[in-house]
Formats: sequence, structure tokens, C-alpha cells
Amino acid sequence: MDVVDIARWQFGIITVYHFWFVPITIGTSLIIAIFETMWVRTKNPAYLRLTKFFGKLFLINFAIGLVTGIVQEFQFGMNWSDYSRFVGDVFGSFLAIEGILAFFMESTFLGLWIFGWDKLPRWLHAGCMWAVHIGTLLSSYFILAANSWMQNPVGYEFNEQTGRAELTDFWAVMANEVQLVAFPHVVTAAYLTGGAFVLGVSAWLYLRRKTADEDRPVYLTGVRIAAWVTLIAGAGVAISGDLQGKVMTDVQPMKMAAAEGLYETSESCAPFSVFTIGTPDGKEEKFAVTVPCLLSFLGTGTFDGKVEGINPLREKYAETYGTDPGAAYYHPEDYVPIIPVTYWSFRFMIGIGMLSTFGAAVLLWFTRKGRRPKAKWWGFLALALPFTAVAGNSFGWIFTEMGRQPWVVYGLMTVDNAVSPGVSVGEAWTSVITLVVLYAVLAVIEFGLLVKYVKAGAEPFVEPPDPSLRGSSQDDDAPLTFAY
Amino acid sequence: MELTTVWFVLIAFFWIGYFALEGFDFGVGMLLPVLARDDTERRVMINTIGPVWDGNEVWVLVAGGATFAAFPEWYATLFSGFYLPLLLILVGLIVRGLAFEYRHKRQEAGWQAGWDRAIIFGSAIPAFLWGVAFANIVRGVPIDADFEFTGTMLTLLNPYGLLGGVVTTTLFLTHGAVFIALKTDGEIRHRARALAVRLGAVTAVVAVVFLVWTQTITGTTSSAVAFVVAALSLVAGLFAVRKGREGWAFTGTFVAIAVAVAGLFLALFPDVMPSSTDAANSLTAVNAASSAYTLKVMTWASLAVMPFVIGYQAWSYWVFRKRISTAHIPAAHPETAPEPSTS
Ligand code: HDD
Ligand code: HEM
Ligand code: HEM
Repeated sequence: MDVVDIARWQFGIITVYHFWFVPITIGTSLIIAIFETMWVRTKNPAYLRLTKFFGKLFLINFAIGLVTGIVQEFQFGMNWSDYSRFVGDVFGSFLAIEGILAFFMESTFLGLWIFGWDKLPRWLHAGCMWAVHIGTLLSSYFILAANSWMQNPVGYEFNEQTGRAELTDFWAVMANEVQLVAFPHVVTAAYLTGGAFVLGVSAWLYLRRKTADEDRPVYLTGVRIAAWVTLIAGAGVAISGDLQGKVMTDVQPMKMAAAEGLYETSESCAPFSVFTIGTPDGKEEKFAVTVPCLLSFLGTGTFDGKVEGINPLREKYAETYGTDPGAAYYHPEDYVPIIPVTYWSFRFMIGIGMLSTFGAAVLLWFTRKGRRPKAKWWGFLALALPFTAVAGNSFGWIFTEMGRQPWVVYGLMTVDNAVSPGVSVGEAWTSVITLVVLYAVLAVIEFGLLVKYVKAGAEPFVEPPDPSLRGSSQDDDAPLTFAY
Repeated sequence: MELTTVWFVLIAFFWIGYFALEGFDFGVGMLLPVLARDDTERRVMINTIGPVWDGNEVWVLVAGGATFAAFPEWYATLFSGFYLPLLLILVGLIVRGLAFEYRHKRQEAGWQAGWDRAIIFGSAIPAFLWGVAFANIVRGVPIDADFEFTGTMLTLLNPYGLLGGVVTTTLFLTHGAVFIALKTDGEIRHRARALAVRLGAVTAVVAVVFLVWTQTITGTTSSAVAFVVAALSLVAGLFAVRKGREGWAFTGTFVAIAVAVAGLFLALFPDVMPSSTDAANSLTAVNAASSAYTLKVMTWASLAVMPFVIGYQAWSYWVFRKRISTAHIPAAHPETAPEPSTS
């Protein structure tokens, strides 16, 4: 393998890994903020117990999201230096503003939240979790604006002299049409994921035989709130995903064609195949289940819309951009992503990702009016929901990123031109092996901790000290409410 | 002032924030096996930085991101050139960050000892390597006409670079010891004070050698002034800590680090990464910069947001201003349900 291949594997692995933890952070911070606000307002102990319990799980997850994020920030310069030179003007500024605006906010207010139980008035303490959540949203907006610009470059000018894409209109990048649909899609997918996480854990504890009966209502509260979050977010994901399909057909028609493996243009009523068995390159189909006209609807909004095929698009691209500069190493066919990957990741994103929404609906139904299904496997099925949601996210990104190959910046720069020229194969291997081994170990550790703390369940209710109520008689030597 | 100069100053500002703040985090981490006598004292030390270390670490992310945006050529050359040291730094930061959060999550002694080691090495490796990296940036490294770094890892391990690493390591150790003296109470506070004085004396010697050496390589009048101020603040800080004036002592080491880093940037200017191959290949604040429009957008964004950042970070230090002693460390960990409080 040459440096390009190694760097690509590293980027894919490292980023998909980072994004296992990110959506849980975004979604769970919202739900914890809701729990804590409910506690401040209603004084119902159940909400405080849920806040503290999921707070602990949240922190176990957040820690890995954080440390793997540091790698993200560095790896553009390390592995993709020519890319960094080319796009620093545009991409770099969004990354930098993300740091200034979002990372400071997330980390500072999370520190206040973790250690502030006996230092801040209750409403302010809850406010800190809201601040963390808003930080994650700001972070998402800016990093997605950067990513959307790579999918659909706008608001820039190519400067012949410097050989760089230079920013000319900040707001055009902020309001990129791809961004306006990607942001709602990613955020609702994150809410879906956070919801599925809280739902799965709460439902398992609610249904488990060992759980004390007086604790069940607490977990039931968790189930109901999280299930609603998951359901509503699921609807949002479907709506925003549908909108995304239209924009994508517009700006990256090849990706839409690759999502279906559609080789020839379909003038009207293009079918969507739910499932296909064919040759590995997707060219010949042996067996398929298809829904008539659905692809046309996904891509254009009408059932008789025209969807362009891979072959005519290839010719069009060759006319516009000349011979595919990336083709030599990437794919024997110019400008064509790897069809089986795009085809299946698109279906898995929708199919596996949406299972969580389906699970939420089922659980809502079976726990209505405080019911409790007795069968043991219910709880274990519930525990699968977070995994399907996270998998949906991964497949979504794999589709998005693989579907734009061979471009790293659509229409401007191909992946093979993006890599660092000065990095040796040995260095690149050292880096990918080190990080992959380290990440694997961390995954095992984190998973072990999650299992341990989920099994332990929520702690009994303890009224936390309220500094806004205490007078001067406060005991300065009392142990901290929370300490590492 | 030219926008490129403004951004040179702002990048320096982010690095100053990083070293002055995360510097004591690194120091506390490295001193873990030295200052603490038992597990409770280790927890006292970790809890002094618990609420703030993550916020401190963001300064480096912003320094990196801002370099990417304002000086893409610099970011590209530096990060791809210093590949293996940066990889090591990343590994250090990863295990250290996780250690703070995971260490108390299990009670087994082996588990905790393992994470203690992660804190110690995860602090020491970046503390040393950042010094090596900065010394080499100031001194100049082989860079060809395409702005590509042409050296290897060994190029960076020259005597001056290694001395730079020793300086940052000892400086952060001193800064950390002073911070522990400032933030704790009881025996550990006294031990930290005594250690700070001894460490500080060693630091002062290596730092002065390094700064004089730097002056001879690339110094300017302004960098000389900065280095003198830095050395004086360090010495003043040491006197203050001997007198038990920990607040002043911390101010002293804080200012010493800040001004020393400022001096390095002054010595660097107008280059951002000089080439030792041919001065014509040097990256400068002008030829590495992005377009005027980007710099303007970034300037507005930073000016609008940074005051708030500094405000709420300062507020969080104020919220956690109390000293911590062994009496404050809860005996049981949260997981083993604490006794319901009597009040
Ligand atoms: C849609 C949202 C999203 C996406 C696509 C990404 N991230 Fe991320 N990132 C987050 C949302 C997020 C977050 C939810 O805001 C995190 C999780 C934990 C945290 O601290 O913030 C985070 C953490 C995080 C951190 C650590 C922040 C800290 O110390 O507090 C860095 C440096 C990055 N990310 C950088 C990146 C880069 C360079 C990405 C692109 C390749 C990336 N992230 C993809
Ligand atoms: C929003 C921020 C993101 C940015 C700026 C970004 C940027 C990039 C870049 C620069 C590459 C480079 C190499 C290439 O094209 O092959 C890439 C590829 C890739 N990224 Fe993203 N990405 C982002 C988010 C994600 C996320 C969150 C995931 C997954 C969870 C992801 C998965 C992938 C995959 C699978 C590849 C393909 C690897 C390859 O074939 O090279 N990306 N992305
Ligand atoms: C009806 C269901 C869905 C539809 C129609 C849909 C549609 C889409 C489309 C068209 C894209 C590609 C956008 C582009 O590259 O330009 C996409 C990306 C993505 N999807 Fe979905 N999706 C659905 C469900 C889901 C689910 C359930 C999840 C996760 C739980 C998910 C997570 C993602 C992610 C993370 C991306 C990549 C980021 C992006 O480009 O927005 N999607 N989706």
C-alpha cells in the first residue's frame, strides 16, 4: 500500500470511531439537561437519579469522544498536508471557529457540571448541561459546514497564484445548501442515537428481574422520555434525509446514481431496490426486491422524475474535468465510487438506523400505562437499540464519504493529490497501527466500564447540597460531593 | 498592523494560553509519584486540576486550528514534518485525558496504578516534546523549495532541541508544584512548596542557558527583553513560594512561561518556520498566510468570542477557588453509594 491508501484507511477508521461517541454525546447531553431541568422544577427524586445515573454513563462516553477528537484536529496536517495547504483558507477557518466557539464552551461547562454539585445553585448547575449541549450543536454546525463545503464547494475562489481555494464569502459557506440539509440530518440522527442509548439502558433496567420494585418507576420515566425523543428524532431523520436526497441529486448526481447502482439514466419512475444480489461490482443483478418509482421520489420529489445513470455521468464528468486524475490508483472506471459500498451503506444506514425508531415505538406501546412485559429477551432487545443507531450513523458517513470518491473536494481536488508528500510509508504505517491498536484497547476498556455502571443501576436518592440555600454556617471541611 | 502580523500575535497568544495553563496540568501529572504519599493524596492532586484540565487543553486545539486557518502552509509543513513527535504527543494526551475520567471508576489497585502511569507519562511526553518542537521551530529545520520538511525524527533531536525539551519539562514541573502549593492544604502543601523551590532553582539554570543560546541563534532586542523579564519573574516566583506567598508565586511562574513563549515568538518573527537549508525557503508570516478575507473573518470571530471564553474560564477558576485537602476527598466513590447525608 502507498501512503494514500494508508492515510485513507487511517482517516476512515479514526473518524468512524470518533463518530461512535459523538452522536451519543450530542443526544445524551440533551436528555440529561431535560432530566435535570425537570428535577429542578418538579423536585421529583426520580429525575435527579436519572440525571446522575446517565451523567455517569455520559462522562464515560464523552471522555473517548474528546480524546479521539484531538486526533481529528491534528490528522489533516499530518496525513493530508497538501489538502491542508489547498483548503486552509476555507476549511481551516471553520475548524478554528469551531474550537473557539464550541470546544471551550463544552469543556469548561462540563467541568463546572461535573464538580459543581455543591458549588452552584441548582438552576445554574442544570444550565451548565444546557451550555454543554449548545456547545455540541455549535461544534456540529461548524464541522459540518466544513464537511459540506468539501461536498459542494461554495463561497470561494481559486487563486492561480497561490494555488489555493480562497474564501470569498463566509456566509455562503455557512448557508451552503448541502449544509442546510446535512446539519438537521446529523443532529436529528444524534438525538435518535442519544435517545436510543437512554432508552435501551432504561428499558433493560426497567425489565430486569433483579431491579427493586420501588426503582422501576424511575426507569420507566427514563423509557418514556427517551422513547419519545427517539421517535420524534426518527421522524426528523427521515424528513431531513429525504431533503438531503434531493440536494444530493442536484449537486452530486454521481452519488445518487451510486447509491442505487443505476448505470443507465432512468427518464421517469426510477425504482429503488431494497435488496439486491448480484455480481460483486454490482453490474449484473441476479435477484432484487424493488419499490417502483421510489428512487425518482427520493431524488427529485416526484414519482416520474429523471435520475441520471452512472455511465452518462461518467462521460459528462470526463468532459468537464478531463481524464480522472484519481483513476489511476483508485478505480479502473473514471469518477465512479465503489458501487457495492455506496449501495449497501445507503441501505444499511436507513434500514439499521431506523430500527431504533421502530424499537422506540414498540417499547412505548408495551410500557403504556405502566405495563411491564415479563419475557426476559425484551430487555436484551432494548439493549440492541443504541448499537443500531450508532451503526446507522457510521453507514451514513461511509456512504457520504465514499460516494464522493475520487474527490476530496468535489470537482476541485482528488484524494491522491491531497496526501502529505513528505510522509513516508513507514511513518504512515506507524501512525495507523499505533492509533488502531490504542483505539481497540480503549474500546474494550470503555465498554467494560459501561457494562459495569449500567448493571449497577441508579444510585439511591441523596438530596444534594444547595449552596444558594446554605448560610454562613457552611462546613468548609465537608467532603466534596463529587471528586475524581 | 498587517493582518498577517495580527494573526502571528494571536497564534502566539493561543500557545501562551496553552503552555501557561496546561503547563501546570502537566506538572501536576508528572509530580504525582513524587508529591503524593498515598492514594488520598494522589486524589487531592488530581482533583486540583479535575474541573479545569479539559478547558486548558482546548487552547492547543485552537492554536492548531487557528494555524490551519491563518497560516495553512505553516500548519501543513509543521504537522506533516513533525509527524512522529506529534503522534507521540497525541498518544500521551489521549491516555492522560482518559485517565482523569476513568481512574476512579474502579477500585482495584492495579487499575488505578495503571491510570496513574498514564497520567505520569501522558504528562511527561507532551511536556518534553512540545519543548523539542518549539526549539526546533525557532532554530530552523531543513525545508525545501516546496515548503516540505526534508529531515527525519533524528533531525529534531539535536542538542538545542533536547535542551528545549528539558526546559519545558522542568518549567512545567515547577509551575505544577507551585500550583499544588496554591491549591491544597495540609502536609502536601508544605511538601509542594519545598519541592517548588528546589525544582525552580534547577529550572532557572537550564532556562537561562537555553534563552541565552536562543539569543545567539536568532535573538532580537525585544526577545532579549522578554527573556530577561521571564527569568526575573521565575526568580521572583521562587522567592514568593519560599515566603509562603503562593498566589504571588503562581503569578510569577505563570508570567515567566507566558513571557518566555512570547520571547520565542518574538525571536521567530517575521519567520514562522525558518528553513535551515536555504533562507529563501523559510516560511514567513506573509508567505504562509491565508487570504486577507479569511484573516478578517477570523479576526472578527476571535475578537467577538474570546472575551467570553476568557470570562467563563476565569469564572470556573473562581468557582473552584477553594483549597483541597485530604479531608475533602470523599472516602467512598460515587459508584459505591455514599451514605445519605444527615442534613
Ligand atoms: C456532527 C458533529 C461532529 C462531527 C462531524 C465531528 N465532531 Fe468532533 N466532536 C463533536 C462533534 C462532531 C462533539 C459532540 O462536539 C464532541 C464530542 C466530545 C466533545 O468534546 O465534543 C467532539 C469532540 C471533538 C474534539 C475534542 C473537543 C474537546 O476537547 O472538547 C475535537 C478536536 C474534534 N471533535 C474535532 C473534530 C474534527 C476535526 C472532525 C472532522 C473530521 C470531527 N470532530 C467530527
Ligand atoms: C464533518 C467532518 C468531516 C470531515 C471534514 C471529513 C473529511 C474527510 C476527509 C478529508 C477525508 C479524506 C480522505 C478521502 O476522501 O478519502 C474523508 C474520508 C472519509 N471520511 Fe470523512 N469527514 C468528516 C466526517 C466524517 C465522519 C463523522 C465519518 C464517519 C463516521 C467520516 C467517514 C469517512 C470515511 C469512511 C472516509 C473514507 C475513507 C477513504 O476512503 O479515504 N467522515 N473525510
Ligand atoms: C429515511 C431515512 C433516511 C434517509 C432518507 C437518509 C438520507 C440520507 C442521505 C441522502 C445522505 C447523504 C447526504 C449526502 O451525502 O449528501 C445521508 C447521510 C447520512 N445519514 Fe441518513 N438517511 C436516513 C436515515 C438515517 C439514519 C437512521 C441515520 C443514523 C442513525 C442516518 C445518519 C446519517 C449520517 C450520519 C449521514 C452522513 C452525514 C451527512 O452527509 O449528512 N441517516 N442520509
